[in-house]
Amino acid sequence: MKQSIKLGLGLAIAATMTVAQANEVRVGMITTLSGDGAHLGVDVRDGFMLAIEQSGNSDVNVIIRDDDQRPDLANSLSSEMVDREDVHVMTGLIWSNLAMAVIPSVTRQGIFYLSPNAGPSDLAGRMCHENYFNVAWQNDALHEAMGQYVRDQGYENPYILAPNYPAGTDALTGFKRYYDGELANETYTQLGQSDYAAEISQIRASGADSVFYFLPGGMGISFMNQYANSGADIPVFGPAFSFDEVIVGALGEAAEGVINTSQWAHDLENDTNEAFVAAFREEHGRTPTLYASQGYDTAKLLLSALEVAHPEDDPDAFREALRAADFASTRGEFRFGSNQHPIQDIYVREIVADGNGGFTNRLIGVAMEDHQDAYVGDCDL
Amino acid sequence: MTFALVVEQILNGLQLGTMLFLMASGLTLVFGVMGLINLAHGSFYMAGAFVTATVTATTGNFWLGLLVGVLAAGVIGIVVELLVIRRLYDRGHLDQVLATFALILIFSEGTYMIYGSSPLFLSVPQELRGSLNLPFGISYSRYRMAIIGMGILVAIGLYLLISRTRLGMQIRAGENDREMIGALGVDIKTLYTLVFALGAALAGLAGSAIGALQSVRVGMGEPVLIMAFVVIVIGGIGSIKGALVGALLVGVVDTLGRIFMPLTLVTFMPPSQAMSIGSAISSMLIYIMMAAILAFRPHGLFGAK
Repeated sequence: MKQSIKLGLGLAIAATMTVAQANEVRVGMITTLSGDGAHLGVDVRDGFMLAIEQSGNSDVNVIIRDDDQRPDLANSLSSEMVDREDVHVMTGLIWSNLAMAVIPSVTRQGIFYLSPNAGPSDLAGRMCHENYFNVAWQNDALHEAMGQYVRDQGYENPYILAPNYPAGTDALTGFKRYYDGELANETYTQLGQSDYAAEISQIRASGADSVFYFLPGGMGISFMNQYANSGADIPVFGPAFSFDEVIVGALGEAAEGVINTSQWAHDLENDTNEAFVAAFREEHGRTPTLYASQGYDTAKLLLSALEVAHPEDDPDAFREALRAADFASTRGEFRFGSNQHPIQDIYVREIVADGNGGFTNRLIGVAMEDHQDAYVGDCDL
Repeated sequence: MTFALVVEQILNGLQLGTMLFLMASGLTLVFGVMGLINLAHGSFYMAGAFVTATVTATTGNFWLGLLVGVLAAGVIGIVVELLVIRRLYDRGHLDQVLATFALILIFSEGTYMIYGSSPLFLSVPQELRGSLNLPFGISYSRYRMAIIGMGILVAIGLYLLISRTRLGMQIRAGENDREMIGALGVDIKTLYTLVFALGAALAGLAGSAIGALQSVRVGMGEPVLIMAFVVIVIGGIGSIKGALVGALLVGVVDTLGRIFMPLTLVTFMPPSQAMSIGSAISSMLIYIMMAAILAFRPHGLFGAK
């Protein structure tokens, strides 16, 4: 009797397992969870997993790996994901140099890639692919909006600065696309650089009337901290990457009053966003950054397409469902352009005291409406 | 390019150099006296910064934080020496590299477990904020100036310690002949622990001081460690004087290269190209310099033999 119960139980378990495997969707997430850029990857992961947990969809199996911000490691992890883990969908990469090393090869192998962050210009233009979707933005977007803002505010001699990697060149290119006046100087720094003494001396001596910098993660903290302490008083501007909630929290009053551009804000008023911010604070005890919202939207997009089709059983229907982008985004309305990059509003935010002794970003206006990237024409899709 | 700017950039180079000296002096002492390659030296730098940031955040006093940070790094150095390093002196360099690399992972993961992945913030003390006005229209950050001053004091202190004290004599003797100094009745074990703790405390001092300028985070020590190794190879392994000269050389060359390399290239190629090529070359500059120095002086500038 006992034996037969065991056997029956075993069969039952085996039966449920095969059913689960048939519908299982394997998602490979390679992201940056350690080092200088860790908080970007951590927020993408936490936002993504929050949406998966809320959905209660137990078919989605997310395999998470840390790339340590190294292209070589990201590459070998992606081989592992494709060959051994047999994933259907990949996501997670933060840095554009890693994205360029990984994404073209995985999309060629028939795997879907949903980028929650990196949006290098090549992947939006000449190297676009039907299996590659960017849920965040094309790299240039926030910088373009800031270029326009700086020009509209009447600045005539900005000093612009970014790290020397694909997203850094995209950043300065984007800024210059909408700011067409004189530049005091244009400087590329090392990716991961932590001491900016030499650059700050250059800025102070350059006679610039404003500073625009794109320095995500720990780089942004180091730069602004040193800049404020150097006694320089030239106003600074940047994309939200240089002023996310973690960076603003670390900088304190050094960043008060700084204007930055973002495709999302934690105080953006729509039902999805309010619910997301509340749930994220509840779960993690901190205010989400834009990276968390991007991770959340990426998972929402994935879940919406899974309602329609399974990526392996019917890739064409799955792809169509992704293109339709039929999900409630934290950004309000969300749609893709023909190169499968978002067409969206870009907002202006200001760093203000939050009333509890800390500082936070506050939404103050719209910089660009329905903004689309400049590379869509180079894409054959 | 004004005169004031050039002087300011040289000061920036010297400030980087003095910070590297704090790291490299401990590294070179430990290597010179005990023959130990310590990859975990960057962990003491990180430990100093984290303790300083924590103590400063709770007490609001940076100087107290700095003191506790340096002492904590020294104490961690003693514990690590007693538990792990002591067993490595008689082993080959490969074992030392493996064991101390494991220590890096343990320290990083441990710090990550305690503090999480978000960087900590440590602000420059009120009295050192802003900049100092020097003659000829030069203005320079007070805090960075203070780091240079502190580096000079440490260099003088180390010089006096090594050349004028009994402990210094034993250290020099240890560098020359480890077995003989033991045979002469010097308590070699305590000496090793002391030297190791001194190195760790200096690394902690560097980390604490730099923590106020940069973000205090897991893994902050490793990039500095790599440069510190370049410094001791250039200066000659085991030589404090070599560490000082090497550190200042690396600091100034790295800083000036970063600025002047793109500016030189910009005269004969388009700006964006000059910027990217220039910054690529300047990041190689200290390694090129190391190779050139080793070609002429295989033991470094002040190396023994």
